[in-house]
Amino acid sequence: MRKKVIFKGIALPWLLLLPQLVITGVFFFWPAGQAIYGSFLREDAFGLSRDFVGLENFRDVLADPNYLAAGWNTVVFSSSVAIGALGVALFLAVQADKAIRGADAYKTLLIWPYAVAPAVAAVLWLFMFHPQIGLFGRALNGIGIRWDYQVNGNQAMLLVILAAAWKQVSYNFIFFLAGLQSIPRAVLEAAAIDGARPFRRFWTIIFPLLAPTSFFLLVVNIVYAFFDTFGTIHALTKGGPGQATSTLIYKVYVDGVQNLNFGASAAQSVILMAIVIGLTAVQFRFVERKVHY
Amino acid sequence: MFRRTAMAGAFALAASLGLPAQAQAQTEIQFWHGLTQPLGGMLEQIAADFNASQSQYRIQATFRGSYPETMVAAIAAFRAGQAPGIVQMFEVGTGTMMAAGRAIKPVHELLAETNTRIDFQDYLPGVRGYYSLQDGRMMSMPFNSSTAVVFYNKDAFRRANLNPDAFPETWEGVEAAARALKGAGHACPMTTAWPTWLMVEQFSAIHNIPLASQGNGMGGLNAELRINNPLMTRHMNNLVAWQREGLFRYGGRDGAGDALFPNGECAMIFASSGLRARIQREAQFQWGVGMLPVYQGTTPINSIIGGASFWVMNRGPNAPRSQAELQGIAAFFAHLARPEVAAKWHTDTGFLPVTRTAYERVRASGFYNEPRNAGADVPIQQMLRGGGQMTENSMGIRLGGFVEIRTIIQEEMERAFQGQQTGEQALNNAVQRGNVVLRNFERQNRGG
Repeated sequence: MRKKVIFKGIALPWLLLLPQLVITGVFFFWPAGQAIYGSFLREDAFGLSRDFVGLENFRDVLADPNYLAAGWNTVVFSSSVAIGALGVALFLAVQADKAIRGADAYKTLLIWPYAVAPAVAAVLWLFMFHPQIGLFGRALNGIGIRWDYQVNGNQAMLLVILAAAWKQVSYNFIFFLAGLQSIPRAVLEAAAIDGARPFRRFWTIIFPLLAPTSFFLLVVNIVYAFFDTFGTIHALTKGGPGQATSTLIYKVYVDGVQNLNFGASAAQSVILMAIVIGLTAVQFRFVERKVHY
Repeated sequence: MFRRTAMAGAFALAASLGLPAQAQAQTEIQFWHGLTQPLGGMLEQIAADFNASQSQYRIQATFRGSYPETMVAAIAAFRAGQAPGIVQMFEVGTGTMMAAGRAIKPVHELLAETNTRIDFQDYLPGVRGYYSLQDGRMMSMPFNSSTAVVFYNKDAFRRANLNPDAFPETWEGVEAAARALKGAGHACPMTTAWPTWLMVEQFSAIHNIPLASQGNGMGGLNAELRINNPLMTRHMNNLVAWQREGLFRYGGRDGAGDALFPNGECAMIFASSGLRARIQREAQFQWGVGMLPVYQGTTPINSIIGGASFWVMNRGPNAPRSQAELQGIAAFFAHLARPEVAAKWHTDTGFLPVTRTAYERVRASGFYNEPRNAGADVPIQQMLRGGGQMTENSMGIRLGGFVEIRTIIQEEMERAFQGQQTGEQALNNAVQRGNVVLRNFERQNRGG
């Protein structure tokens, strides 16, 4: 039985909650409300004339084949980034968790990329894979592979996925490593004595015990791929060639900030908000059930 | 004039009373610009020179990020009632600013209200036309203007047995030259920077064909794109075919292609005349400047400009500028129009001399005869091609949402270069998508 402490009166709990409520209100509910309000308007860039147009912005956005293509790009991009970043991080964490010489140095180095800003990370990849000035880009062309992500949409997508996933590996690595270290050694040793090979030990003991960590990271990675990869895409491809690497969040930026089309941009933000709320709800409702804490 | 004398009198009085004259109401004017170093520093120096030349007004010049960022910052500031007095706006933002209603103060009104005279007849026609109404009244103050030219690698031309001293005048000639260069082992015979500006906008202007109806949008917000015409289609199909054949390489959007010429990778580049400074600094080979080519059977007329102009903004939706601020802005603009200022900007930066007087002054100084400046006057001569008689196709472009339309055209070109569609389909799609933008802009701004 858990012991519950109950405050007397109402004032103190509200007072203690107040800072958090204010922050949530100012930084979440207010801007979200503004976006919803803006999605029903059509106005010029300077805000001198505005019309209430009802759901017209949503109709226009959803009827635009480029928007639907961006939705598909987002699915490909986000799932690739999440799976890639989680898979590589798990592999590296398992390796770094072994008793190897210089493990601390590896760990430190593996955590470093997380300190790199997304746009800077993108520029690093640009310098490596630019077809004319990039080291690997030139090398690929040198051995006869026509590498030019400026005109090849698939290559561009591959590049932004790599750059975005690379940055997230560090973050996942830290959590996986912590999760691995909290697994009791005795259980693993008992399994080893019973004759379980490393691969079997991983699937029957380590992986289930890591499930809560993995689930948390899955949610975080999906949200990262949806929202935080704007800088990477902007610096590497600007959504091109064509609109091959234009994701939903990138289109919100292009339509709102670059094209000054606030109504369409707000409508897209609202749609995006609904998608992420739905996705997170699904994850918690269905995936979490399979997770044992 | 009387006002000025009265002010001077007030200053004298204040000084004689032993008050610090500097503490007198000096009008400060915010000026946001979008030029990176070293250009930004040179622009700020002009503002500093103006400030030092008088004591009534202070122009506070600050860098606000790239052109699009500066534009967005100024619009956001206007909505918050904090707009700068002057903002530098790139040429594609011109249509948006023209339709901005009471957000801006047209330059012709500013000059009339402040009794300031600037001789806009002295400005190059292509510069004047881009920023004026159809009846000739100026809407913004032209400043840094460039145009597009072609730079070519003379060493590569020699290796391919081409005449290094004359760039082909026709696209047929360019195609033949590209084939010769490829035959001589050059991996990238030609490329372009600013794909839409060079291959669509400039192409339409010098061939005297419309980019959009209503005189490229000058006549009203109901303009429609016209780029799916036979000549433009022929050129776009050619570019796609040349790319497949290895004669042309797509170097990326906006200025991304710039890098391909100075390092010797591509033998010809269609680019902004402003690329000159970088080539001069970086190129390890002999190079030349040529005028933009046309298809056989066309007499080329003037090219159009790029670059930026200065707009006067009101502070906010319900906050116009004070008379003192307007006087200060007008005085600063008059300073910019002085031939020595315009001439120095031209020789220091490689931008066009915006006035004829400034051009004559630089020419008389022998600047263009120095070997290192060879070809520096090609952009100006190209601006005056066709006898300086502009048509409505070569005056400029004034489309709302033009930033977006440029991106759309680039995207459709990229899809064609990927092999997903023909050049003709690219242009048709661009027209269709671009017209949606134009109609939206028209709806948003009909109240303006």
